[in-house]
Amino acid sequence: MRTIRHWLAAIGFGFALAMAGSAFSVKADDTAYERPEGKPAAELPHVRLPVEGQGHGTLQGGTGDHSKMEALKGPFADTAAVTKACLSCHTEAGKHILKTTHWTWEFKNKNTGQTVGKQHVINNFCTNAKGNEGMCAQCHIGNGWQENTAYDFSRQDNIDCLICHDRTNSYYRLPQTHGHDACGVMFEGKQPIDFAKVAQNVGTPTRDNCGSCHYNGGGGDGVKHGDLDSSLNDPPKALDVHMAKDGGNFACTKCHVTDQHNIAGGHYQMVARDTTGTGKPGQTRNVATCESCHGMSPHEKTELIGIQLNTHATRVACQTCHIPEMARGGVATMIDWDWATAGKMKDGKGYFEEEYKQGDGKERHTYWTIKGDFKWGENVKPSYKWFNGDFLYTMPETQFDPAKAPIAINEVLGDPRDPKSRIWPFKEMHTNQPYDAGNNTLAFNHLWGKDDTAYWGNFNMEKSIAAGMMQAGRPYSGKLGYIRTVSNWPITHMVAPKQDAMKCVECHAADGRLAGLPGVYMPGRDHFRWLDILGFLGLGLTILGITVHGVLRYVMVPRPGEETGVKAAADKATADKRTEDTAKKEKKS
Amino acid sequence: MIRKASHPPKLHAHKRAVIIYSRYERFWHWSQALLIFILAFSGFAVHGSHHLMNFRMAVNVHTVAAILLILLWVFTTFWHFTTGQWRQYLPQLAKLPAIIKFYALGILRGAPHPYAKTLGRKQNALQSLAYLYFMVLIGPALWSSGIVYLAYPLWADWAIGTIGLPSVAFIHTAAAFLMVIFVFIHVYMTTTGKTLTHYIKTMITGYDTIEITPVEEAYLKEAEPRRLVNP
Repeated sequence: MRTIRHWLAAIGFGFALAMAGSAFSVKADDTAYERPEGKPAAELPHVRLPVEGQGHGTLQGGTGDHSKMEALKGPFADTAAVTKACLSCHTEAGKHILKTTHWTWEFKNKNTGQTVGKQHVINNFCTNAKGNEGMCAQCHIGNGWQENTAYDFSRQDNIDCLICHDRTNSYYRLPQTHGHDACGVMFEGKQPIDFAKVAQNVGTPTRDNCGSCHYNGGGGDGVKHGDLDSSLNDPPKALDVHMAKDGGNFACTKCHVTDQHNIAGGHYQMVARDTTGTGKPGQTRNVATCESCHGMSPHEKTELIGIQLNTHATRVACQTCHIPEMARGGVATMIDWDWATAGKMKDGKGYFEEEYKQGDGKERHTYWTIKGDFKWGENVKPSYKWFNGDFLYTMPETQFDPAKAPIAINEVLGDPRDPKSRIWPFKEMHTNQPYDAGNNTLAFNHLWGKDDTAYWGNFNMEKSIAAGMMQAGRPYSGKLGYIRTVSNWPITHMVAPKQDAMKCVECHAADGRLAGLPGVYMPGRDHFRWLDILGFLGLGLTILGITVHGVLRYVMVPRPGEETGVKAAADKATADKRTEDTAKKEKKS
Repeated sequence: MIRKASHPPKLHAHKRAVIIYSRYERFWHWSQALLIFILAFSGFAVHGSHHLMNFRMAVNVHTVAAILLILLWVFTTFWHFTTGQWRQYLPQLAKLPAIIKFYALGILRGAPHPYAKTLGRKQNALQSLAYLYFMVLIGPALWSSGIVYLAYPLWADWAIGTIGLPSVAFIHTAAAFLMVIFVFIHVYMTTTGKTLTHYIKTMITGYDTIEITPVEEAYLKEAEPRRLVNP
């Protein structure tokens, strides 16, 4: 029914007309910006109303009422005007923000020597923010970042305070540049923002604030992470003990503690094994580790299994057992994306198919002209790897051997011999994505923009890749290929209630979840092949031996009251007495 | 007394029913048997050789049974030395060939056992050698590796990147196989008495009819009358 409707819609409007905007609009849970005729206008991702009373870090209460502040009376023309008002009181906040990864989109990892961050890396979703900033920088906390222009990272007045601090659930961000005409209707149906109202109601961010970007990484609700989606706005306890109303009702900042707007717990560099625990009494540690609250021995120390489990934490991340599956909240996560099939037309225009219905009833794209084919997963078992907290990225300039596909977008670093490494759960995202088949490097794709090379609108991958590489200042051989890639997303949210933690046998089994994980001896999974063969062989021979011996005894030895010739012959002298009174004689051989 | 009695039966020895396995010895034997069965069953479940018990349960059961068995062994070792019973296990290598020959051949022909039980030497040479091997080789290999295994939480950090844990596991598993083989042979050997169940009955009641000298009998009548069936 639905597909027929789409199809009719497609016939009704020409492709050009469709791209001109009347036929497409944003769909909340998708990357984007296109909606066929007949689809309801979508809302912003944070459709579930924020839950009140969320616990934050050390920041509780508050001593000022923003609605009473002169500077926030308004009216305000735009976000920048509000930011100016914010900074008139919060004089240092701007300086702090300018140093954060949220602002710089850049992270220097001293261990790997790589400079990563959204500014620099190529991923395997929409592949690159660079060259598509107008669209992608909606999730940058600054205004005015556009394609092909140097962004001024020193301007505090470009900071968008509201996307994080809005407590009215009515603030939203727009693309910073125009895409093809479709973008004109991106936020159709949204109410204009009442900046004064938003400004007067600012507060500490709650889950929906962070979620407005972090739920939607990769282009839609739950697409990227697997353990972060809109189901965490108001999760049942079975989904997340920390964030559930009847659990901890934690805001993100409860764990992702903040120091001068610098938020702990980013994935570019993680603490894979925390050996400090809660720290000194009263100390707030600037980490987002489980141990920083739960301490170093959270399991029952008076129980045998508890002691063993505490020891497991030496080698196994808490998340491995306590997040048995991801995407458990009714929102699916994307597990496979094939860019090679993008660009198919029906009657000369783009289309999508929604063949996947996720747990909460919402249908997800399984094909979309602008992106290709998708596969989704829910209640997905993670993959497990040794992780020391660092990733080695395949950077735009990294050359790889295509024969070694899938190419790791971010290789998980870690070693069983390294005390800092532990076994961590990861969501693996598998993609078949464009690459420079001449230089054997990943490719920048120019997706967004109102020009004749942007893929979203022109659907010419040769042109969009060439343009993307040029924008990024990378050499391009002109030889377009597609390569399988895999990205690894550490799983750390959606912590299940303790009774739902993984059972031992999930890993302590030959074909368990950790089958093939190197470097550790695990009872139940591992055995010494030759020892087992010898042991069971020895046991088998023993049983054979006693069986043969027993049978021989049964056959040869006289029962009481019997005598055999053999016996008589062998033990005449000593046996005579005992057999004297034997009544019956029977011969057996 | 016991040392004297370890000599061959005296000329005037006669047979009579006597408690040869004391109450503690029987308690030791049967609780040890039960614990070894539990340990083997749960241990091979942990090892992944069967799946009749879930892993967590198997670990718990194995650990508790192991601690109990270690306690039992500590106490039994104490008992052996305070009572002098440890001498029962002194090797008698000279007498070994006859015993082996008996079990290999003689028993099939209905030959009498070349060894007669006495108070001082309740086991034949092969038997006591097997028990000695049980007590000084299999047992210690199991409990020492088992304790190290159980104490893994104490050296987990040190174990990272070493072959420590696999080595312990190897010793423990190898000794466990030897233990199971021992038990199979041991249980089979219990059927080689006068009747199939004679030895088992003896281990339950403690009584057996053995050669006893008038001196020993007089001693028992005087000092340990309860050990004689009809004092």
